[in-house]
Amino acid sequence: MAQHEQRLAYVLLAPPLAIVFSLILFPVLWNFWLAFHEVRLLDLRRFSWWELEATLKNFTKIFTHHDFWPALKATLLYTTGGTLLALLMGLAAAMLVHGRFRGRGLIRGAFLIPYIAPVVAVAFAWRFILDPRGVLMTGLLGTGILDQPLHLLGERPWAMVSLIAFEGWRYFPFDFLFILARLQAIPDELYEAASVDGATPLEKFLYITLPQLKLVLATLLMLRFMWTFNKFDDVFLVTRGTGGTRVLTIKVYDFLIGEFNVGAGASMALILFAVLGVFLYLFLRLVMSRAEED
Amino acid sequence: MRREQAETAILRVFRVAGLLFFIFLVAFPFYWMIVASLKPLIVLATDPLDLWPVPGELTLRAYKEIWFQFRFGGYFANSAYVSVLTVLLTVTFATLAAYSIARLRFRGRSFLSRSILVIYMFPAIVIAVPIYALYTELGLRNDLHGLLLIYLAQTLPVAIYMLHSYFKTLPPDLEDAGLIDGCTRLEVIWRVTVPLSLPAMASVALYTFMIAWNEFLFAFLFLDSPSKFTLSRGIMQIADNINVSQQLLMAAAVIATVPIILLFLILERYLVRGLTTGGIKQ
Repeated sequence: MAQHEQRLAYVLLAPPLAIVFSLILFPVLWNFWLAFHEVRLLDLRRFSWWELEATLKNFTKIFTHHDFWPALKATLLYTTGGTLLALLMGLAAAMLVHGRFRGRGLIRGAFLIPYIAPVVAVAFAWRFILDPRGVLMTGLLGTGILDQPLHLLGERPWAMVSLIAFEGWRYFPFDFLFILARLQAIPDELYEAASVDGATPLEKFLYITLPQLKLVLATLLMLRFMWTFNKFDDVFLVTRGTGGTRVLTIKVYDFLIGEFNVGAGASMALILFAVLGVFLYLFLRLVMSRAEED
Repeated sequence: MRREQAETAILRVFRVAGLLFFIFLVAFPFYWMIVASLKPLIVLATDPLDLWPVPGELTLRAYKEIWFQFRFGGYFANSAYVSVLTVLLTVTFATLAAYSIARLRFRGRSFLSRSILVIYMFPAIVIAVPIYALYTELGLRNDLHGLLLIYLAQTLPVAIYMLHSYFKTLPPDLEDAGLIDGCTRLEVIWRVTVPLSLPAMASVALYTFMIAWNEFLFAFLFLDSPSKFTLSRGIMQIADNINVSQQLLMAAAVIATVPIILLFLILERYLVRGLTTGGIKQ
């Protein structure tokens, strides 16, 4: 019986395991191999790629390129800014929606829509809205706040500002959803006890709500930092990497599609992976030591 | 006491203002998208602030043109094909796998239940290069089924995780009764577990559909022939075409957005529950 059960489990698990192995775990491992070989797309078509010798050339090419450090800086700026803005907006939105009022369910659903809609569709809508001849600039020129239209998507520092704003707009729903769920789980007695003690709403927020949210905020911060750090779609679609927003993921694409240089693309992806690993380690240590102190 | 009342009053004003601000922020781009797709280009080009829908002025011409001349009817069919297949296969495979992890005893079970979500953390851009190389070798690159496999790899880990957390909350008594009555495990899954798990399965289906329908990176990198384009890929194609107006592009964007939003509004309450109970544990 037990053996039969075990066999059944393996049969049922086989299809997902096969797919995940061949399309996630194997690619990650093969990426290591590719990163240390000078592989071009043509080599792959000639079926002679395994005869290539291991080399560090991909990495020297990347590190000595004048664009690498600015791209790393842009990546960190974009990731930190986008993650924090989305988290703050998500916290604000969750505080606003928390509680009982008419239309609450409808508003909660509506707030999720930026995250649900296809990124291509919303990115192009934003591109037109932020265009120098678009609705935002025309409005600002009309009120006299500006006398020259700004190129919000192509010029420093505006391109980065726009990109971070877009990240905040598109991903706050994710943070909002999880923060709201946690808010609703905070026991009412805590607030009632504080009211008896004469605490003001602000004090309640600072001394009850925030500490209760600490774990979910830290988790979201870490998750969203990781995902934003590796984000390609949004940057590519909103600014195309112009105006100081050429982040590392855009460089992976440029190597792969622009130069058909599979090896260099793989090295760039590996560097992303490594940098991310370092940040994750530092972050976890920080959060863990804080958690232990409590 | 007076300070508390003052803060409460201020907060009420803040709440109304804040809610209005967020509603505007969320709704405006979508409102603009729809208006820009319906208004003749010349109107928005001369006055970008003229966003009121004037009944006689609105036209569906852009939709007709994008659907027939620019082949978005075909792209829509391709997106629907890949997304629906992804949902059906993910829900089927994930239900069986999640059931195994939640209920069956086998070697490696605790390892699997702990590591399944870690897989989900591998970012798409890191696996894009090797999969590109692999698919070029195998001739799967310009192929909707190649895309389907990638979507399955991306949705299965989360789907299994969500369903397995849900199955664990179900009482095993009913299943045991079924087993004693002589049902096989598969019959028990089909007759007992699945009917009890429809809300969780709906949330997994919606989540999976969203991933497949909205996916951009792999569709953009891998698909070369217009006969195989999905909507995301098709929008990129016309965006690079200087003959395509803002109005046409926004009509295409609306076509890509409407189905997923409609589905979301229908299934929303399941998704919200499924994501927050299965996603991050408190």
